[in-house]
Amino acid sequence: MRKITAIIKPFKLEEVKEALTSVGIQGITVTEVKGFGRQKGHTELYRGAEYTVDFLPKVKIEVVLKEDLVEKAMDKIMQAASTGKIGDGKIFVSSIEEVVRIRTGERGEEAI
Amino acid sequence: MTKFMVYLFIFSMGLLFNIDAAFAGEAEPKIVGADTAWMLASSALVMLMVPGLALFYGGMDRSKNVLSTLLLSFVCLGVITVQWTLFGYSLAFGSDVGKVIGDLSFLALAGVGLEPNGTIPHQLFMVFQMMFAILTPALISGALVGRMKFQTFVVFILLWSTLVYDPLCHWVWGGGWISDLGALDFAGGLVVHISSGVSALAACIILGKRKGFPAEPMPPHNLPITLLGAGMLWFGWFGFNAGSELAADAVAASAFVVTQIAAGAAVLGWVFTEWSHRGKPTLLGAASGGVAGLVAITPAAGFVGPISAIMIGALAGGLCYLAVLAKHKFGYDDSLDVFAVHGIGGTIGAICTGLFATAAIGGTDGLFFGNPGQLVTQLISVAAAWVYSFTVTFVILKVLEATMGLRVSEEDEVQGLDLSSHGERGYTM
Repeated sequence: MRKITAIIKPFKLEEVKEALTSVGIQGITVTEVKGFGRQKGHTELYRGAEYTVDFLPKVKIEVVLKEDLVEKAMDKIMQAASTGKIGDGKIFVSSIEEVVRIRTGERGEEAI
Repeated sequence: MTKFMVYLFIFSMGLLFNIDAAFAGEAEPKIVGADTAWMLASSALVMLMVPGLALFYGGMDRSKNVLSTLLLSFVCLGVITVQWTLFGYSLAFGSDVGKVIGDLSFLALAGVGLEPNGTIPHQLFMVFQMMFAILTPALISGALVGRMKFQTFVVFILLWSTLVYDPLCHWVWGGGWISDLGALDFAGGLVVHISSGVSALAACIILGKRKGFPAEPMPPHNLPITLLGAGMLWFGWFGFNAGSELAADAVAASAFVVTQIAAGAAVLGWVFTEWSHRGKPTLLGAASGGVAGLVAITPAAGFVGPISAIMIGALAGGLCYLAVLAKHKFGYDDSLDVFAVHGIGGTIGAICTGLFATAAIGGTDGLFFGNPGQLVTQLISVAAAWVYSFTVTFVILKVLEATMGLRVSEEDEVQGLDLSSHGERGYTM
């Protein structure tokens, strides 16, 4: 079992969600986050004072899925979240040791 | 023969007018219903400026201090209402003592009844003036947000209102030496805006900077409520300026019209100055410009015409924006720019009154209408208001610093005053 963590531009969330459900993913977790990468921040103006805002709003998506779906899901996320401009985000993949469905007590891939 | 008839006619008309005037002079003062209705409404309009100011300021501060900032304005409705009732009104409008202060004849509103004062009940005049006395210390609070002890602030506004506002109000409106001088201040350029703005400068210098200023960004946390507050201020300002005529008459209408025109021109003045300086027009700039224009037209309303109002407003919008930049240059933490908007805006307005006033509207000419002496009078009154406000505020705060302490602890400041001083939060999510 693997977990895909993707940091994307907030306005791409809907497209990414649709792309993932189209390959059979049944659940995702979404968090609003802030951060910076190569895109860096932006400046804001208040009464003539310029503030540099380093952390930009992004959306973090977490999906746990079976091994065989990982490549396909990564492709789908890349296609859906890409604008070609700096700041499109990143995808991280990690291993998951155990999953439990709280209601039934099922474990492993059955519980995903 | 015909010539004789004309002379006779003119002579008799003159006699008639003289007799009329003599009767008017001797007539008992009478309450006029229209004036009373307008002043009741105006008093309520000025009251609404206090919560308007609270929202204007509250949105500009950080979210951890929003309630504390709102409260600094709102608490003036409590403290100054009682102060004014018990002795403030008497100090400002009691019988003159040496041209500097009112006596104690109106203590606890003794003798302030429903008899006519001009054409309105005396108590109505008192409560209209009360709203001004409440708003003025609330204006100062914008320079002190995010770090001042609440209990010290309460004592400060009580002392400030008694020692700065009441005497200054007496000098200008209560029959004191500035009114004798002939200085024009229709609705409070000196009494309200220079006094609060210059005092705010003195206060923020003594109080010191917020922790992290200016290195750490402290952007406004909720500009929509700032715009709501600016809108309430603008709305209430019609009562402030047009109400200062104390009657529902032509001068009140003129004051109303130039108030609107100057505020509109100042929105443009500020926005275009900021746009050309920083490359973008901003909402905060538009709201701030409107307020700066309202400040600047305050002393001039009732004395100037519409085109003069455009010039006063545009000038105030541009110059107040530049005055805000000064704090970054000199390093004082006038947190919400009270000095730049009210101190400088009020000064521009008081000086412009000496330039643009025209006898056709308010009975007195300024420099541009052939009376250079008025400008000199205005400059003297401005200098007096600056020096008096700055000095007395400085002394009050030095005494409070030594006795009560001015600032909350550093830990409380970092946590935010909403939680540390008041035990509540503006936003629970």
